[in-house]
Amino acid sequence: MIDFQYARANDVADAVRQMAADPTAKFIAGGTNLIDLMKEDVERPSRLIDISRLPLKAIEETADGGLRIGALVPNSDLAYHPLIEQRYPMLASAILAGASQQLRNMASTGGNLLQRTRCYYFYDIATPCNKREPGSGCSAINGLNRIHAILGASEACIATHPSDMCVALAALDAKVHVTGPARERTIGFAEFHRLPGNTPQRDTNLHRDEIVTAVELPARGFASNYTYLKLRDRLSYAFALVSIAAALELEGSTIKEARLALGGVAHKPWRDTAAEAALRGQAAEQAAFMHAADLMLRDARGYAHNSFKIELARRGIVRALTQAARGTPQSQANKNIL
Amino acid sequence: MLRTRTPHAIHPDHHRLRARVPEKMPVALNVNGVETRLKVAPWTTLLDALRDHLDLTGTKKGCDHGQCGACTVLVDGRRINSCLTFAVMQDGAHVTTIEGLAANGALHALQQAFIDHDAFQCGYCTPGQICSAAGLIAEGRAKSADEIRELMSGNICRCGAYPNIVAAIQQAMGRS
Repeated sequence: MIDFQYARANDVADAVRQMAADPTAKFIAGGTNLIDLMKEDVERPSRLIDISRLPLKAIEETADGGLRIGALVPNSDLAYHPLIEQRYPMLASAILAGASQQLRNMASTGGNLLQRTRCYYFYDIATPCNKREPGSGCSAINGLNRIHAILGASEACIATHPSDMCVALAALDAKVHVTGPARERTIGFAEFHRLPGNTPQRDTNLHRDEIVTAVELPARGFASNYTYLKLRDRLSYAFALVSIAAALELEGSTIKEARLALGGVAHKPWRDTAAEAALRGQAAEQAAFMHAADLMLRDARGYAHNSFKIELARRGIVRALTQAARGTPQSQANKNIL
Repeated sequence: MLRTRTPHAIHPDHHRLRARVPEKMPVALNVNGVETRLKVAPWTTLLDALRDHLDLTGTKKGCDHGQCGACTVLVDGRRINSCLTFAVMQDGAHVTTIEGLAANGALHALQQAFIDHDAFQCGYCTPGQICSAAGLIAEGRAKSADEIRELMSGNICRCGAYPNIVAAIQQAMGRS
């Protein structure tokens, strides 16, 4: 690990000021991803600005019936918060599907959004990686790419976004509140993370000198018909090969509203509004679910080792929509998939 | 395909900035009930501070990347991976390690249960398993064996003592 200076931020304005003053500084909150990357020499900040003591730990109800989640709320506190459990159980389930309880106790809401890919080559500084070192090449595209993207990838990068929480936030149409030196702004979840294109070094549309202050959930929580189904190599404590956040609002057996997002398949949480639109007005049955899955995967492309993900995702989407329609969400403790 | 390449670049300003790096920073920790003051470099993890500065070697370094759980300690009552936090970030915190669980000469219920159920073989993961289980019991979320297994999944046991670890935790949960 490279040596660095350490400073605490007194408030959000001070954090942003300190960041603007040092071109190689990084914010640190939970530290679970950043410290790991520093130990691997992937991240080499000259200064860490510790924001973990800033007063961004509240979960508050908003005027329009939603919730505003402070950026420093630990993942475990968020998953177990009564309002999240009652109104947004898909978010609680997705959080508990990820990492371990130790990591969830440390990791922050904002940090979860900003975690980096777990692509082997991004982590291995002896190999080229356009995300780590722009222009050096992508080692995964012709290398070991079993865990890599099947949607939205580019010739420059086929890495995936690792978060489970973000898949649920995408499906729930969350917003991200950020503060920069000049102004505050709000970024829709679909616009927060980026596809790799020719600039895979940029995971998000957050500016370097901006800080995430809160994540806002709209009122609609899909608490009755939802699931978060995560498919992976181990039954716990492993990143998704494919994960599916599925949520429905039903009128009798007819789908009134649908949300669908995938994890483990793209450079960002992969929400598909066309597949959602195709479900609206349909009977909540397998034919509609299969059509939505086909739509969602219409542009999917496999590489040497990950083509299995396309069929895995197809079947996973159908299964997740079935679980959501039946009101029998996937348990994150009992691993049987019903 | 691997190509030879230059080492990962350091920012051109790094050495100028590094010249201002303080050697050590003061940190106050309450460790196992004892107020402790130490001076550590900013990059000293809580794990290294405990082991190398305070000689509390019960907490183990396994992977040093938050993947194995051997370094699990309780910070302000919550279980965390001590390898993934810097000691300077924990200034003012209450830390409980495996050395702090026994009270008045009597083993903690989890320590006794691990012995009763032979819940280890080599023992290297055991301090982390026990601290993690103490955190799990305090959280009060795990009721069934499935839930214990899921919420203990951050602690790896290469000897495979998992069935006995779950049994030991169930015994301790019954007592607490």
